[in-house]
Amino acid sequence: MATRTIAGKTVEVNEEGFLINPNDWTKEIAVELAKEEGIPELTEAHWKVIEFCRKDAGATGKAPTLRRITTAAGVSTKDMFALFPKGPAKKVARISGLGKPEGCV
Amino acid sequence: MKKLLILGAGTAGTMVANKLSHLLDLEEWKITLVDQDATHYYQPGFLFIPFGMYSRSDVVKPKRDFVPHGAELILSSIAEIDAEGNRVHLADGRVLSYDFLIIATGADIHPEQTPGLAEHEWGRSIHTFYSFEGALALFKHLQTWRGGRLVVNVVENPIKCPVAPLEFLMLADWFFHEKGIRDRVELIYATPLPGAFTKPIASKLLSGLLEEKNIRVEPEFMLEHVDPDAKKLVSYDEREVEYDLLVSVPLNMGAEVIGKSGLGDELNFIPVDKHTFLSPKYSNLFVLGDAAAVPTSKAGSVAHFAVDLFGENFVRHTEGLEMQPLFDGHANCFIESGFGKGLLIDFNYDTEPLPGRYPLPGVGPFTLLQESEANHWGKLMFRWMYWNLLLKGQELPLPARMSMAGKRMPATA
Repeated sequence: MATRTIAGKTVEVNEEGFLINPNDWTKEIAVELAKEEGIPELTEAHWKVIEFCRKDAGATGKAPTLRRITTAAGVSTKDMFALFPKGPAKKVARISGLGKPEGCV
Repeated sequence: MKKLLILGAGTAGTMVANKLSHLLDLEEWKITLVDQDATHYYQPGFLFIPFGMYSRSDVVKPKRDFVPHGAELILSSIAEIDAEGNRVHLADGRVLSYDFLIIATGADIHPEQTPGLAEHEWGRSIHTFYSFEGALALFKHLQTWRGGRLVVNVVENPIKCPVAPLEFLMLADWFFHEKGIRDRVELIYATPLPGAFTKPIASKLLSGLLEEKNIRVEPEFMLEHVDPDAKKLVSYDEREVEYDLLVSVPLNMGAEVIGKSGLGDELNFIPVDKHTFLSPKYSNLFVLGDAAAVPTSKAGSVAHFAVDLFGENFVRHTEGLEMQPLFDGHANCFIESGFGKGLLIDFNYDTEPLPGRYPLPGVGPFTLLQESEANHWGKLMFRWMYWNLLLKGQELPLPARMSMAGKRMPATA
């Protein structure tokens, strides 16, 4: 496992840059990871999705898939692609300090 | 008599019925299978039908032939699963009570979930090989197709047999070469994944192979709708891919009755413990095969390894002992790559597909993540093993849990 320092905090990350321990996550880290994912600023709409993902993962133990987010958080797929371009579920999972969603096996 | 009810007599349901009929005392246990369809399909064979390599008789047999002695098969669709009341309501009004329930109702395609997909062009310029009828229709279509742009699209993951779309493309490359029209065919793979496959090492190697075969990948393509008149795919981020022939892998979902009975997730797959298949909610309910929401491939080999380990674990459970976390997500898939060759991948929850040899380290005869003729023959031989050994619950000379022996980690990974 590699460690790196994000927003002044040293955390463990896997080879794809996902946080190993979701408890290491802070809002400051989210802002930095979002920048790396090409999102310069996290708006209220972004935070709504991030908070849903954190909460859902806390309950289920895994990052939600895109379909889970759109069904349970009431955000349309179209909006998810506007907020987190390209792979929204993967992007939001990384920004939220969660593992890669298990939809793709 | 204790009653074991198995819903679904497909690959997983049939295998587990056979396995448990050997392990349980049938003087004490009554095993009942329920399925709506009298025909068992060898689903891995659907891939070969469009190219004329397999025909109807290769992939179809009566389900009755595989029901173990002493077990009963009821042909009916299921109206509702009442897990609180330990009862299952059949569509014909019958009610079956159970002591233990195994759900193996599988996954199926839902083209109607994508706008434009299953409309007036379905069966004309839009096809699928993810159903028996679809594969036969595509065979007919390819007989007279004169070339153009062929796009294979996966609508959303998870899908049954995640390597099948790649195999289809590589076989298409070979098929059109043989027909002498490869130069008039463009092959494109539009996938929601960032690359050719889900796991990094395999994805890299498979991408290289696709490139060699002049198959273009359109990654991170999440289909929003199909425009059947303009013949194009439109993604959520407004990218467009035009086609002359669309081969679709539509949205895969679990059985409708799962959703109706309140047992499933958004796609009607049922969450269970990924090592034991026991429901976290009901201590007498298990889910095997594609119907389970577990993070491994939806594939027959996975169901086979799972059933292998499940049998004795289930017996422990019925005796009041704690189940052991045996299943490791083991999947083992032959990947046809055309021109009489194939690849093989072997992986589990924790270990991604790696290069090497299988099942004997250094010897094979199969090569992992590398093309060989042996792999192609392995894939063809597998059909015989499926009908004659696998479904009947007989032991294969392969370990059910994944082994690292014979695998190596590439230096540049």
